[in-house]
Amino acid sequence: MEQMITAVMSLAAIGSGLGVVLGVAARKFAVEGDSRVEEIVAMLPAANCGQCGFPGCEGAAQAIVEGEASPTCCPPGGKVVALAIAGHLGITLGDDDMEEAPKIAVIEDAICIGCTKCYRLCPSDAIVGAMKQLHGVFAEACTGCNQCADKCPTGAITMQPLPATAGTWVMPKPVMAA
Amino acid sequence: MAHVVIPPIRRLLTRWGIHPDSHKFPAAGLDIADAGLPPLLVLPLSQQAGAPARPVVKVGDHVLRGQLVAEAVGHVSAHVHASTSGTVMAIGDAPMPHPSGLPGQGITLRPDGLDRWVQRDVEPYPINLAPEEIARRVAAAGIVGMGGAAFPAAVKLALGQRSSIHTVILNGSECEPYLSCDDRLMQERAGDIIEGARLLLRATGAQHLLVGIEDNKPDAIDAMKLAAHPYPEVSVVRIPSRYPMGAERQLIHTLLGVEPPAGGRAADVGVVVHNVGTAAAVWRALRHGEALTERVITVAGGAVAAPRNMRVRVGTPLSWLVERAGGLTREPARLVVGGPMMGVAVPDLDVPVGKGASGVLALTVAEVGEREPSACIRCGSCVVACPVGLMPLEMANRINAGELGQAEDIGLRDCLTCGACGYVCPSRIPLVQYFAHARGELMARERERKRLDEVRELTEARTARHEREAREKAEMHARRKAERAAAQAAEAAAKVSATQEESA
Ligand code: SF4
Ligand code: SF4
Ligand code: SF4
Ligand code: SF4
Repeated sequence: MEQMITAVMSLAAIGSGLGVVLGVAARKFAVEGDSRVEEIVAMLPAANCGQCGFPGCEGAAQAIVEGEASPTCCPPGGKVVALAIAGHLGITLGDDDMEEAPKIAVIEDAICIGCTKCYRLCPSDAIVGAMKQLHGVFAEACTGCNQCADKCPTGAITMQPLPATAGTWVMPKPVMAA
Repeated sequence: MAHVVIPPIRRLLTRWGIHPDSHKFPAAGLDIADAGLPPLLVLPLSQQAGAPARPVVKVGDHVLRGQLVAEAVGHVSAHVHASTSGTVMAIGDAPMPHPSGLPGQGITLRPDGLDRWVQRDVEPYPINLAPEEIARRVAAAGIVGMGGAAFPAAVKLALGQRSSIHTVILNGSECEPYLSCDDRLMQERAGDIIEGARLLLRATGAQHLLVGIEDNKPDAIDAMKLAAHPYPEVSVVRIPSRYPMGAERQLIHTLLGVEPPAGGRAADVGVVVHNVGTAAAVWRALRHGEALTERVITVAGGAVAAPRNMRVRVGTPLSWLVERAGGLTREPARLVVGGPMMGVAVPDLDVPVGKGASGVLALTVAEVGEREPSACIRCGSCVVACPVGLMPLEMANRINAGELGQAEDIGLRDCLTCGACGYVCPSRIPLVQYFAHARGELMARERERKRLDEVRELTEARTARHEREAREKAEMHARRKAERAAAQAAEAAAKVSATQEESA
């Protein structure tokens, strides 16, 4: 009987002791994880567009921190955001992981019926227009999140690469044979 | 002239820089010719460092020479003036001297052949003007640095007025091969240059004016010494010929023995540097009331029949200049606007020259000397040649590996993109192209980061607005409900009292 009591007591003691340790560890771990996720969220474009395959930027940030997703998973953020996140988390990115140039929404004049659907949807107020009027995209404010194109009833919106201008042109890297 | 410290021998023995073949003749030996008026001019809106100018004329307008056609935008920018009288034919995309070969914004002007000026305000004694007024008129004339960088001159003057400047250095080094426009200008217009430089001196409040001229231009040195003779505050100094002597830091170090702190400006050591061509333009602007509408350009290169320095209207297409220089004798391997080391390679002769263009070169295959690059043999020649003391091979390696941040850590920002390293490299590695690429890429990233930040702010503002609207709606709803309830209660009360009255 006494043996049983000792056994039960010691097991209980070990259990609760471990429980406390686990609890503390979990909290500590959770706090660390959360702050990193928050930091990454602050670096993402906040478009919450879901192109990354996660429910919003927070989901993406979570997945990136957990190593489930690459920092390059966010098309609106593009190279700049990917590099910033990679630098923050100490990950190295391959050079060719992100060759694609940023894209923005372009509205085809002939097909736009001025329904204001895109105008109401755009998370960054990049679309200008009013009911029954031709709508336009303010390129500087468009992240290319694709939400407007998804919902446009006439398919007037497409995502196109930003046109190269002398002002945005970058001298190409020399190609070396060796 | 007594105050000038003769550069100690130690400085003359430093090993930085290179001695490329000068190729300055025959153009340097002939006087400046007038390039005349081409049938069409294109005035670039981005011919100055900084923001593009904003057009203030419409298509179809008739303009006079020296009339403002596009105004400066923001702090760093410069006015653009019509370089002759004529009609504005177009405003918009036009071929431009840009390494991308992409078009840029410009104003196309068809000269009417009369070359009539706007009203010019002649000022007999501009040296009596207040420093601020000098700076104001320099800005109004649209003057930019004419050595190549095309930095707005008035902005430089304003910078100088804020820090205490003791010396104005006039850059007459003209260290790039082929170019002799400054050499000829100094020989033919020394008086204008010295007078203009004295105005710059007054505008900055400096006491000394040092004119640095490379020793391969003895005639220019003589002419400038003669013009400077009446003025004790002006000294003309012979400096060794070496590329890139014309780089600000190198010139200051050679003349004064001091160097601006790393990442600092010339003003940090009390100095401001202007090109000799800029000084001449300042004199024309203040004394004669002429906006910057023309400059001297060296048209040269092995593929040009009769190389010559010419007085050229801003906006003249290369094709016109090449024709005036006798045309092409063979197919050029490369066309360059500016000098062969730091100029811009352009795709064809359609592009116009801007205020910063010092040369137009049509180079042959032999002159370009391009060979297939081979692997680095770690000879260290590039390190010796670099005037800034950088390690070009290391920087290029890191850029090649995509480690732009590391390249910045070892000095990418200090690189002048002078090309001395690539010039000496026995393996012909296009070192400068790496640096130009990395710089452009870093700038593009910075721009994109800023843009995304702004977009995020927009998004957040929108979310906040929606939340506020929802809250206001809810509040209004609640208020309406309360009002309705109150009204109903009042009505009920009224009914009750009415029945009571009735019953009474
Ligand atoms: S793709 Fe980018 S912007 Fe869109 S939800 Fe995912 S992380 Fe956010
Ligand atoms: S315009 Fe379209 S693609 Fe661009 S940010 Fe707005 S909703 Fe997204
Ligand atoms: S281009 Fe840059 S690295 Fe090369 S020599 Fe000039 S300053 Fe040095
Ligand atoms: S000069 Fe060329 S070959 Fe020599 S170390 Fe520099 S990069 Fe390498």
